[in-house]
Amino acid sequence: MNLLLIALTPFVGAVLAATVSRLGRLYAALAAGTVASLALIQLLPLANGVFAGETLIQRLVWLPSVGLDVVFRLDGLGLLFALLILGIGLLIILYARYYLSERDDMGRFYAYLLLFMGSMLGIALSENIIQLLIFWELTSLSSFLLISYWQDRHESRSGARMALAVTGGGGLALLGGFLILGDIVGSYELSIILASGDIIREHSMYLPMLILVLLGAFTKSAQFPFHFWLPNAMAAPTPVSAYLHSATMVKAGVFLLARLFPALSGTPEWFWIVSMTGLATLLIAAFIAFFKHDLKGLLAYSTISHLGLITLLFGIGTPMAAVAGVFHIINHAIFKASLFMAAGIIDHETGTRDMRRLRGLWKYMPHTAMLAMVASASMAGVPLFNGFLSKEMFFAETLHVIGVPWGWLLPAGATLAGVFAVAYSLRFIHSVFFSGTPVDLPKTPHEPPRWMKVPVEILAALCLLVGIFPALMVEPILVVAAAGVLQGPVPEHDLAIWHGFNTALFMSMAALMGGVLMYLVRRPLSQAYGRLGDRLELKKLYNQFIKILFHYASVATRFFDTHSLQRMLLVFTLFILMLGVGGFQNGDVTMTGEREMLPIDGISLLVTLMLVVAAVGTVFVHQRRLVALILMGAVGLGVVLVFVKFSAPDLALTQLSVEVVTMVLLLLALYFLPQRSPVESSQARKSRDAVIAIAAGGGVAALTWAVLTRPHRTIADYFLANSVSGGGGTNVVNVILVDFRGYDTLGEITVLAIAGLGIYAMLDQLQLTGSNRDVKGRLWSKDMHPAIMASLTRLLLPLALLVSMYILLRGHNMPGGGFIAGLISAVALIMQYLANGVSWTRKRLPANEHTMISYGLLIATLTGLASWFFGYPFLTSTFSHIHWPLVGEFELASAMAFDLGVYLVVVGATLLIIINLGLMHSRSPHSSARKHIRKWKH
Amino acid sequence: MEALIAIILGTLTACGVYLILRARTFPVVLGLTFLSYAVNLFLLIMGRLTVGKPPIILEGITDYADPLPQALVLTAIVIGFAMTAFVIVLALKAYVRLGNDHVDGTHKL
Repeated sequence: MNLLLIALTPFVGAVLAATVSRLGRLYAALAAGTVASLALIQLLPLANGVFAGETLIQRLVWLPSVGLDVVFRLDGLGLLFALLILGIGLLIILYARYYLSERDDMGRFYAYLLLFMGSMLGIALSENIIQLLIFWELTSLSSFLLISYWQDRHESRSGARMALAVTGGGGLALLGGFLILGDIVGSYELSIILASGDIIREHSMYLPMLILVLLGAFTKSAQFPFHFWLPNAMAAPTPVSAYLHSATMVKAGVFLLARLFPALSGTPEWFWIVSMTGLATLLIAAFIAFFKHDLKGLLAYSTISHLGLITLLFGIGTPMAAVAGVFHIINHAIFKASLFMAAGIIDHETGTRDMRRLRGLWKYMPHTAMLAMVASASMAGVPLFNGFLSKEMFFAETLHVIGVPWGWLLPAGATLAGVFAVAYSLRFIHSVFFSGTPVDLPKTPHEPPRWMKVPVEILAALCLLVGIFPALMVEPILVVAAAGVLQGPVPEHDLAIWHGFNTALFMSMAALMGGVLMYLVRRPLSQAYGRLGDRLELKKLYNQFIKILFHYASVATRFFDTHSLQRMLLVFTLFILMLGVGGFQNGDVTMTGEREMLPIDGISLLVTLMLVVAAVGTVFVHQRRLVALILMGAVGLGVVLVFVKFSAPDLALTQLSVEVVTMVLLLLALYFLPQRSPVESSQARKSRDAVIAIAAGGGVAALTWAVLTRPHRTIADYFLANSVSGGGGTNVVNVILVDFRGYDTLGEITVLAIAGLGIYAMLDQLQLTGSNRDVKGRLWSKDMHPAIMASLTRLLLPLALLVSMYILLRGHNMPGGGFIAGLISAVALIMQYLANGVSWTRKRLPANEHTMISYGLLIATLTGLASWFFGYPFLTSTFSHIHWPLVGEFELASAMAFDLGVYLVVVGATLLIIINLGLMHSRSPHSSARKHIRKWKH
Repeated sequence: MEALIAIILGTLTACGVYLILRARTFPVVLGLTFLSYAVNLFLLIMGRLTVGKPPIILEGITDYADPLPQALVLTAIVIGFAMTAFVIVLALKAYVRLGNDHVDGTHKL
């Protein structure tokens, strides 16, 4: 499973980078570099197949019943993106090592960066679109972490939040779109979707699906009117901007357009929506870029504009336009990454990014200036640089749609955008490196460390090499990538620099000259833009929108939340009652069904009587809390007896042990709480509540009666029939838990673990003083650990543990199993704490509950994963019988390892809860005071 | 027998509902425990009442109690315990932080 490993390598690497950074800050960079190289090394051998025209698909069966598998795909498009992500990623890793200052935590930075890298790889290599969406959301989350890396800065946090809100919202739309798409095609796999273009385009749900998918792509790729998040994301460290806004994050949107191109394109809807959005973005962003005073702000708007260009190309929809789109994806990644890095160097060495202060830097850093000039020339589309080639292709493609009504808009808009691009590139170079002397810089600028420039040099060299020798440098990968986009033959194209005097060339010339002209008249233009303000940037609009959203959210909350639990529970109960009454009134009116009833015996009658008396008694004495609690314990035991009676031994055992633990827990809690509830409710209120309670109880009783007297059809025959042959156990309940429905159980023990940890977190630092007197004011006994009880429980411990082991081992065949055994062990251990005190027990049983819980979850999960390695679905169990001396025939099932995991989690979580609750007492000042008194007495 | 179970379930529910409508946290926790008893029993009896036929496969026996509700209830009991523990600790924390154990954190006059 090479592709899975490639996508997972950065995720594992993220943990590694964070861990090794403890040894020294540079180790994190080293680890990150190694990890990215490792992923690249795994990818390269697979490239041969792709270049030979193959599409590699690797599958791990996951949920075949709903058509969800973990499937990876490597074709030309995926390969191109993977190479960009890993190649530019490596350069960024090297660059960031010099960029980050002493104060910055390198481990955290590289861990986030690798997380992001893995998520991007996942998008590029996914075959299943739901899986693609998961990675898509992961990029939103990890980019949030990266953008907010400098957490102490306000603009980092707000920029990250905005990026998450916009791209996360788009992700939701995309989910909707993908679900409709999967519904139309009948599969979530790209191979099938890409081959079903005709079905998709003719389907009545085509337009809603298209709009939802495009919302996802446009928000991610910062297309107008969602572009505002990208400039605000510039609060990130520059290596992050260089990575996210050249080769990765924002390219995910255009990747999606390219990926789904054969399935969705070719309709008027596609053409108009995609190309007009692209055109609007291209023009507006290029226009704004020219007026930005912040270096990174200029580059941010230029990025948006180039993404608009690529979107426009895919919108045009011809195969040749798609080739041009892919080509521009490559070129933009190369020159924009180097430009961001150059901007980062300037910021790093001068202490500012304000172009009104940065002037004449050529004298101080000629080498960096040269590199920036190469990349800018490429961005402007100057001949002999790579940007020129794809821009020329772009101009040529816009000319093809001139026949469509309003089609002249495209070439005209393209040329105008070309003018803006030349103008802002010129401004970037001329105003920063020439035109006068620096104004009041925080630092005296000089060249950066040698190795900080290496990534920029590599990329600048690529700009030139691709620009001069396109056929040699880029043709092979461009052809396979375009074939991946088109899922068919790539049209004839010529990557020459010189195509003769054609219209596209004239458009290029016009753009170059117009750009120079625009730069010359920049002062009056800038003043005019100043009057326009930042209206086009839409940030204010977004903030207003968020404000309105918050306002309505709080109005809705205030409407529903009356700040009174009692009133809300009352409304809730009444509503349920109404539903119940409605249910009884409609449909089947006979209360009693025709099922034969069981006879009543004396013992059952007695147990029922006891249960009812205890339950009603609890309610009557509920103000005297201790008595109420004891009575409730009796109710719990009654429930155990009901379980015993009706053939549920596992449940009886579980309920019995849970009952013990719950009692200990509630007694402990009650020690800290008031011993009595004050009489507060009026008599009228009590009567009202009683009426509602009796109505609810009557409803449940009627429902129970109606259900029990009707015959039932079970779906359990399958479990009964396959328990021994398939699960290798005769206790069907346990086999269901650890085998048939093992996945549910895994979820449940996770919930248990989280509840335990949540309680631990809540109790942290909490101090409480319990009373040292009982309700009637009598002192508690001073003998906290009675000797007889203490020694008895010590003697009982090994026995109790032995019993729990027995229950655990036999669970697969007889009543028992991980849950019950875990509870019994927990009870046995809690007894030690109760009888001997926390400190005494802690000294002798230094087990760490957190570790126990995590090992439990780990074992359970690994048991599930292990079946993958044998080619079976997650959590498939296996078993065999072995013969032990003395014990005899013994059955060993892999599900028992799973049950062991369950056992550990149950013991860990239960102990964690009870012990920490108990510890609260020893932390309280009252208890130390008591110790003090005792010492004084002696 | 069916009538007895209906009475038990009705009583448990009625007591639970009455207790969760109280104004202090401790009775509410007791009420929730009552309701989880009722819900667990209700789930179990969805497989109807069967006496003396635990779902443990033995040679020659073909008639068993429905194992599926039992498996569901088993985990529900444990999760119910975790929930009770969480709520009671939450109540404790509220008591410490707010100085009273009213469910809304305030004394109403």
